[in-house]
Amino acid sequence: MSHLLDVTNLKTRFRTPEGTVYAVNGVSFHLEDGETLAVVGESGCGKSVTMLSLLGMIPIPPGEIASGSALYRGRDLLKLKDAQLEDIRGKEIAMIFQDPMTSLNPVLTIGRQITEALCVHTNMSKKQVREKAIELLKAVGISDPYRCLDEYPHQFSGGMRQRVMIAMALSCEPALLIADEPTTALDVTIQAQIVELVIRLRERMGMTIIWITHDLGVIASLADRVIVMYAGFIVEEAKVDDIYDDPRHPYTLALLAALPRVDHRRKQRLKSIPGAPPNLLIEPHGCPFAVRCEFAFDHCREENPQLVSIANEHQIACWLDTKTGKPR
Amino acid sequence: MNDSSLPLVQVKGLKKHFPIKRGIILERQVGAVRAVDGLCFDIFHGETLGLVGESGCGKTTAGRTILGLYPATEGQVVIDKQDLFSANSREILAIRRKAQMIFQDPFASLNPKWTVNSIVSEPLRVHKLVPHQKARTERVKELLNLVGLSSSHVNRFPHEFSGGQRQRIGIARALASDPLFIVCDEPISALDVSIQAQVVNLLEDLQDQLGLTYLFIAHDLSMVRHICDRVAVMYLGLIVELADRDELYERSLHPYTKALLSSVPIPDPKKERVRKRTILEGDVPSPSNPPLGCRFHPRCPVANEHCSDEPPEWREVSPNHWVACHQF
Repeated sequence: MSHLLDVTNLKTRFRTPEGTVYAVNGVSFHLEDGETLAVVGESGCGKSVTMLSLLGMIPIPPGEIASGSALYRGRDLLKLKDAQLEDIRGKEIAMIFQDPMTSLNPVLTIGRQITEALCVHTNMSKKQVREKAIELLKAVGISDPYRCLDEYPHQFSGGMRQRVMIAMALSCEPALLIADEPTTALDVTIQAQIVELVIRLRERMGMTIIWITHDLGVIASLADRVIVMYAGFIVEEAKVDDIYDDPRHPYTLALLAALPRVDHRRKQRLKSIPGAPPNLLIEPHGCPFAVRCEFAFDHCREENPQLVSIANEHQIACWLDTKTGKPR
Repeated sequence: MNDSSLPLVQVKGLKKHFPIKRGIILERQVGAVRAVDGLCFDIFHGETLGLVGESGCGKTTAGRTILGLYPATEGQVVIDKQDLFSANSREILAIRRKAQMIFQDPFASLNPKWTVNSIVSEPLRVHKLVPHQKARTERVKELLNLVGLSSSHVNRFPHEFSGGQRQRIGIARALASDPLFIVCDEPISALDVSIQAQVVNLLEDLQDQLGLTYLFIAHDLSMVRHICDRVAVMYLGLIVELADRDELYERSLHPYTKALLSSVPIPDPKKERVRKRTILEGDVPSPSNPPLGCRFHPRCPVANEHCSDEPPEWREVSPNHWVACHQF
């Protein structure tokens, strides 16, 4: 398989009155055609900013892309002009946002919002566009698409709005769909509906998906590969089974140990991670997780470990081999 | 003090309806949102009762009405042998001292203009528990240590703390008046995964140390299984099932409980691949116009004609396992 997207050493910062926020600190990853990549991390770990940087959606200033390249089908997204990016955004790469309540325009009808991308990117007639919109709404499981087109977002529930958002994102049949915490604001029963819908659409349209989340539960059924982020760094990358069966980075280990399970009886207290995520206003020095890490030793505080391969398609950024407990 | 055979909190036929009004000058009531529509349960000394359900099912309203923060439409709440709704204002104050609340949003529930000292000492002032200001500050420092904050934090403002720390301040405030019973209204849902475990462990330690009784309101079914002794499942203002923790998660009877449990993602890709899901169709109906008969029947996978005619009885089908469904 060829790489659809190749991101190298992406660094994004924000210059604010309080100082520079080091949001993304040298992130490199690739994306294969047709795969689903999950990006996991807590709030402020840079998972959303990474994706927004790729699509040129970071406000500059205060934002600044300090370095990096992002090759999408041979073109560097970070060097494209706005007009060129507009041809890609929504047409080849589409995005779904977290909050279906605020990411739809409340004063435009659903129909108008779904057809916007089609009007911009294709030269279909008005009638064709409307037919396509109805087809899309049917595909995302909205039962009465004709009426829906002339309604406004407030007339819909959260789950229905998220379906509308997905329909919008799919309107130009993008090659890559970036979903930024699409189910976080929804109830579990609605989340299950949306996840099932995405799996079905993925099979039908052969889409590549990046699914951003903080929930290690949802992606177990969705992802092929998982990237774990912490404080603007990638700390572990592996196939989905390896992340859950054989996690190697202390942060991933701790995150999984801190999760209670709905399918297990209670055995003991939860293992919590002491402290809080680091202040991003301070330039990172050493391993960002060192202060909270139970295995940290002197070297960890001095030098930040690079992402290295430890097994087939399994990379971690840690000075320690957590399996043997010895420094590498 | 502890008569452990008698429940600490008794809720009988509790209803809370919010009126829907029309008209400006000739205002009239045209309907009611039946947020809580007849709850019956007991909470025993030292236990944690979980109250779970999707957003809009009335679980927060239930928690607030039980503490008298909302006047109830109908029903009875007895806290430590005192009837809340027939009490006079002095008696209510005494009940409030024994029954406290921890709120969901640690950002909105602390006054940004108050120092930690004034926030945590407010219950001490209101209930005239510690008359001298110096002694009050000492008590606040003790409370801060108890919840894992430093006593040097007394003069800081809420904005100087992270989400997890603010939730600890909220917990310290709830503990200030030496309560017996605390309603925890989604205390961890606004926090990051790595911080959730810290707060849950703190709540458990405090329960052991101080003999507290909790009503734990949440939508995260995995966490509820971890922390609660008994669990009640709510749907559209009513409890549909109530049982001991493992009984409920392993032998759930009500079709809604089953569907809810099957939509919780499990952080294990191998299990997820072979898992059979019951995915509910549609959304939760409006509580201002709930379906006749069993409220769950329009979405229920096993409903028959009988379900739409008559509301099911609340029955104990096996010891301590209560369910409201025509099938049992």
